[in-house]
Amino acid sequence: MTRNPLHEVAIVGAYNTRQARTLDGETDLSIIHDAVQGVLGMAGLSQGDVDGVNIHTMRGGLSARNGVHILGGHPCWTGNAEMGIAAVMEAAAAIATGQCHTAIIASGQAGMYTDRSATSPWTRPSNEFVECWGLYTAAEFALIAKRHMALYGTRPESLAEVASAIRMNGARNPEAVYFGREVTPQDVLDSRMIADPFHLLDCAMNSEGGGAVLMTRAERAKDLALDPLYVLGGALDRQGMAYVTPPVWDKYGYVGRRAAELTFGQAGLGPADVDVCEFYDPFSFELIRQFEAFGFCGEGEGGDFVMDGTVRVGGRYPLCTNGGIMSFSHCGVVQMLQKVISAAQQLWGLYPEELTVPDANVVMISNGGAGALFNDTMLVGREAA
Amino acid sequence: MSAPERGDIPLPRPTAVSAPHWEGCRKGELRVQRCDDCEGYVFIPQAYCTHCFSEKLQWVRSSGRGVVYSCTTIHRPQRQEFEVPYTVAIVELEEGWHMLSNVIDCPHEEIEVGMPVEVFFREMSPEITLPMFRRVEGAEIVPPSRPETA
Repeated sequence: MTRNPLHEVAIVGAYNTRQARTLDGETDLSIIHDAVQGVLGMAGLSQGDVDGVNIHTMRGGLSARNGVHILGGHPCWTGNAEMGIAAVMEAAAAIATGQCHTAIIASGQAGMYTDRSATSPWTRPSNEFVECWGLYTAAEFALIAKRHMALYGTRPESLAEVASAIRMNGARNPEAVYFGREVTPQDVLDSRMIADPFHLLDCAMNSEGGGAVLMTRAERAKDLALDPLYVLGGALDRQGMAYVTPPVWDKYGYVGRRAAELTFGQAGLGPADVDVCEFYDPFSFELIRQFEAFGFCGEGEGGDFVMDGTVRVGGRYPLCTNGGIMSFSHCGVVQMLQKVISAAQQLWGLYPEELTVPDANVVMISNGGAGALFNDTMLVGREAA
Repeated sequence: MSAPERGDIPLPRPTAVSAPHWEGCRKGELRVQRCDDCEGYVFIPQAYCTHCFSEKLQWVRSSGRGVVYSCTTIHRPQRQEFEVPYTVAIVELEEGWHMLSNVIDCPHEEIEVGMPVEVFFREMSPEITLPMFRRVEGAEIVPPSRPETA
């Protein structure tokens, strides 16, 4: 069989700036500058060593094509994919096919969410068949969760266990926005209701910050500061109009299954080979769904699967070891990329001892969820496929 | 029992494609597109059939009866203009298609998956009448069935 050219690509830097509920005095560009400097420093490279770029933000007119100027304006390949797995896979393909040799992916946000009297503006729909009923992101994901609960008897206690497991990781991560904020399952159940079945602590928070990932060819990576991490596989599942089409479980409930099968297939691995799960965690139920969709357990079994410490650090499938978007940080467009960053930092042993998964070799990453009608997956490992 | 506060909520802005649906609501009809070729129902309104790509879509009148496919009671409003709590539902209509709406005139804690509901219409402005759903009194809950696995 022909070798998958994806396996010639390595991650050589993955950096987060400071994260906070609000970063006073910062702008998108100042945060992006920090992220770019930080990730280049990790690898021991400078701007001129990079010839591939995907730097963009939601605001300020910084398109991916214009983002090249941040590196000085020398000729570069540019990516256009969304931050996260999509951008990493696009850059990996560009490197693998010789369009560039070293690519940087970065974004950052500051000063976005100032009116906290209502849901954050980007979670609100504008479609004529959605907005007038009072939906927003939490409601879309709640509609997915409630159908699963009705079909399979999935209990709020399972949702609370997931949220607690993730938030306890953030409580132990000095870089997390909610560092020191310990949350038990009972705390989750006792927090105020947002959109049934989601209590406040079942939901991700909002914050500001930035991050960056640096990638290059595997043979070049061996000379750099950190051990190369290999992209073992990755794929995107997109099913259409998020926050427009009703999130009907029968059609969208297992979005991500195809992506996971392709991802595992590229890597020659299966769920049993995964040591750490840096899954996308917008709402507690979404993790239960992803374990089912990705084949870690059977349909309807996710509620039981996550109990008994299985998804805590020290358990078989630790989730979101940096604290995820529930506790670490959830900012603008870079938050999806921060799942990749967390996977890399876990494998490099950069986390405090109590968050480090001993001998971890393979991390599975996901972006998106059923409430948004998309789910992307990726595998990263310490050893080449 | 309350409906969402209806004073200043954002109202739909019909498009050329969706206008027949909203015109139907003004006349007390729940209209949906149906494909002449594959007989599939299409919602939200489209310029072609999303099942088979046919352009032969016709507007037809739905019975307006269905069940709650899924629901969530909202305690943190999308905007302050929505009075909480309110219940958002995906309604599965008798013809097999799905739409988002509110279920009102029923205690929120009694609204559950499988509850039979029927459409009624609430005039919001001269242009916009919203289709909402209420419980069919005396009807039995229809338990959800598992999707067929591919």
